[in-house]
Amino acid sequence: MNLMVSAIGQGLLWALLGLGLFLTFRILNFCDMTVEGTFPLGAATAVTAISNGVHPLLATLLAVIAGMIAGLITGLLYTKGKIPSLLAGILTMTAIYSVNLRIMGKSNISLLGKKTLFNGHFLTQLPQYFDGVVMGLIFIIIITLLIVAFLATDYGQAFIATGDNPTMAKSLGIHTDKMVIVGLMVSNGIVGLCGALIAQNNGYADINMGIGTIVIALASIIIGEVAFGELTLNQRLVAVTLGSIIYRIILLIVLQLGFSANDLNLLSSVVLAICMMIPQLEKHLKIKQPIVKGVRQHD
Amino acid sequence: MTKPILELKDVKTVVNKGTANETMILKGINLKINQGDFITIVGTNGAGKSTLFNVIAGNLLIDAGQILHNGEDISKTGEEKRTTFLARVFQDPKLGTAPRMSVAENMLLATKRGEKRGLKFRKLKSNMARFTQLAASMNNGLENRMETATGSLSGGQRQALSFLMATLKRPDILLLDEHTAALDPHTSLSLLKATNERITQDHLTALMITHQLEDAIKYGNRLIVLKDGQIKADFTGEEKASLTVNDLYTFFED
Repeated sequence: MNLMVSAIGQGLLWALLGLGLFLTFRILNFCDMTVEGTFPLGAATAVTAISNGVHPLLATLLAVIAGMIAGLITGLLYTKGKIPSLLAGILTMTAIYSVNLRIMGKSNISLLGKKTLFNGHFLTQLPQYFDGVVMGLIFIIIITLLIVAFLATDYGQAFIATGDNPTMAKSLGIHTDKMVIVGLMVSNGIVGLCGALIAQNNGYADINMGIGTIVIALASIIIGEVAFGELTLNQRLVAVTLGSIIYRIILLIVLQLGFSANDLNLLSSVVLAICMMIPQLEKHLKIKQPIVKGVRQHD
Repeated sequence: MTKPILELKDVKTVVNKGTANETMILKGINLKINQGDFITIVGTNGAGKSTLFNVIAGNLLIDAGQILHNGEDISKTGEEKRTTFLARVFQDPKLGTAPRMSVAENMLLATKRGEKRGLKFRKLKSNMARFTQLAASMNNGLENRMETATGSLSGGQRQALSFLMATLKRPDILLLDEHTAALDPHTSLSLLKATNERITQDHLTALMITHQLEDAIKYGNRLIVLKDGQIKADFTGEEKASLTVNDLYTFFED
């Protein structure tokens, strides 16, 4: 029971990562590797700030801003520097590794005895692991609603069009470069937030905590798509969160089978690979049509 | 004499600048487009028709000369800014619409062509009746598919939608780049008719590239022959009306 609650809490908190990547990967059609750097950047920023006596809420906000700056850099490299998207992300991600070391000063900082968002009066009174569920729910609901609202604005529609058909978007006067930069900033801001929350929940930041995050984010998105099939855009945002929770439960099961936590990155990749192959397998096994259909929205 | 709505003065473009393959595509185009002109453009492949459109639309900047919109120099104005007065329909049905967005959503995007898009909620529902009515004017069942993602429309419906979108917000200049070329003869004819109706009824100023010499003669009030990066002929009024396909063929011989 405790393990299940913990998995759901982790799923909710990590779902932010999936939501952030969804904006770029699915809507902008931009495979953004920056997140591998932005996630630990958010963690490093928040943990370092908290260790230096900054209020946890402000520290979390700083993490969001740090993430947005990282997104801005990738965006500029891609739009102004004409560097291919994948490479632009890898460059920023690699650079951030050094930045994270600079921020933290060492490769691991503990938050032991420090006040975080997770040890407020109310949260500590809950049964074990419920703090993650509550905080996860609060942030997921806020962020999901903000994204839903954003996408329903004229600006958001132009954002969707940019990813869908840049030629058409330009011919309608949409500044596609600006859209890509804004998208990367928002996306990485959310990923930075996720890093900050995970670090506070874990009680530490580690320089290597970013490794494999893009696979985790993709797993949330793709498990959600495979599990729930054809959905409207708003439903798909919710599916990312559910996908993230399912992913944590799968990991829980696999760990119960006797794998160790050191195998996590291997397991994540295997889980993601299987999910991505399901549309192919479906042809042979006649599984329900789970093909990913685009960002359609119904009023 | 009224000022032309768009004027090209000795416009030249060069590709592969600074390399051995340096080639001049447009070799000094002079063109005055007047309010209400419906110009058809013919020419061989490589004559510079598409380049001419790219230059007018701004996705290709010119290397020499000047482009004036209502007398104002727009030679260096970017593509996105020019969409405030210019709309375009591409040859490829895939280019004109956002495939994963619905017909209505696409139309909504087009109503704001060239405008600043803010964080106000889109007003899809309140526009629905108007959009459906417009879609019905294309006579191809588009009005029944308002909620459908444009990616699942037929090529003809998509091009009809692209055309609607280009004219939803009245443009000063409408560029039609062989917009019916990818369609079957029947669909092509009905879109051409609809195009002609809309342009003449609304007195739009339009340029249409076509490879169908009959169409070039039949539609519009002016016909331009492009050859080797230059305007070889510019027929208007009576002169254009009395043209035959054979007359035009002579321009295509060396």
